[in-house]
Amino acid sequence: MKEVDARGLSCPEPLMMTAAILKETKEPVKVLVSEPHQKTNIEKYAKDHGKKAVTIEKDSEFEIVIE
Amino acid sequence: MNLSDSKKKLALAGVVCGLVAAALAYFGNPANMAICIACFVRDTAGALGMHQAAVVQYARPETVGIVLGAFLISIATKEYRSTGGSSPMTRFVLGMVIMIGSLVFLGCPLRMVIRMSAGDLNAYVALIGFVAGIATGAYALKKGFSLGRAHETNAMSGAVLSAMMVVILALAVGTTLLISSKEGPGSMHAPIIIALIGGLIFGAFAQKSRMCFAGSIRDVILMKNFDLLTVIAGLFVVMLIYNIATGNFHASFVGQPIAHTEHIWNILGMYAVGLAAVLAGGCPLRQLVLAGQGSSDAGVTVLGLFAGAAVCHNFGLASSGEGTTPAGRIACILCILVLLVIAFVGNKRKS
Repeated sequence: MKEVDARGLSCPEPLMMTAAILKETKEPVKVLVSEPHQKTNIEKYAKDHGKKAVTIEKDSEFEIVIE
Repeated sequence: MNLSDSKKKLALAGVVCGLVAAALAYFGNPANMAICIACFVRDTAGALGMHQAAVVQYARPETVGIVLGAFLISIATKEYRSTGGSSPMTRFVLGMVIMIGSLVFLGCPLRMVIRMSAGDLNAYVALIGFVAGIATGAYALKKGFSLGRAHETNAMSGAVLSAMMVVILALAVGTTLLISSKEGPGSMHAPIIIALIGGLIFGAFAQKSRMCFAGSIRDVILMKNFDLLTVIAGLFVVMLIYNIATGNFHASFVGQPIAHTEHIWNILGMYAVGLAAVLAGGCPLRQLVLAGQGSSDAGVTVLGLFAGAAVCHNFGLASSGEGTTPAGRIACILCILVLLVIAFVGNKRKS
């Protein structure tokens, strides 16, 4: 599974990185982010593009699997 | 509570913030200013004696309220994160540039929208520069611009700016240490309790809706995403209705309160603000909110806003209703050059 580590990055970098990798691959993608609003943005982006997003909260960070 | 998951809720958040802005204008804040972040940080810097421009010195409770509103709601909804370490000194410079550009134009992006809602055509001209600045920032982001990662810090660190705001409020209410303008825009203000409550509500709704004037246009350019623009539209519509209802709407270039008609400098001032705001990850309002929810990096940007305000008034960079100043015009050009260096030299995303 491809992984995007966007922890600690400012908006809109996490979303840009996620969008770029989703264009590259049809495989599931794991995205790591730190901020709740970034988690929401990634989940919404996945949904808007017909994909499913499952999020697990780990400590104070988020792991989102998009497929 | 999530206000950012549907356009209706986002528009509602914009409407609430618009109502707060209209109420503050009604209760005494300066015309077409209502809740301008750059103006109010500048006034607060003046109250602290960081500059001596006698007409713009007043510790604005709205500024305090916005930071504390964001702080409290982020604690309540478990979104508070104490972070820092993403190029803080660069962010300080970006904060200074945002303030210098804002005071060349005479208003931050929030005031630009408020001025637009009152029919100030100069603000529509400035919008061209603001959008161009954001587009330049978006291009830099596409080319790999990044200020690097922030890291988790001790929980207390992220609360420092909020604590400083409480101290400013306590000094303003409980002592005579702070300076208050006797005339001019600094002397015009809503009662403290209304201003503080207004700021708290504004800060809380801005935090939950992710309201950002630069981010809204940036997201349209980069992602064709209109979510954040919906919030701004809500605020604009409320202020437009308020201005028409109260007879404050006058569509013209001349005769607008605390505004000038030098188109090229209105464009370049807001170009600097738009570009700097995208590089810093948000407009002045968003910086206050992010600082409230624990980002020391945004806190440093806010300190940059204060320093920028001091520089503007100590060295004659700030414009007035009469127009720009020679020093202000030179500073604006230099600021844009600095921004282009920050955007395109050295600050690359590391894989």
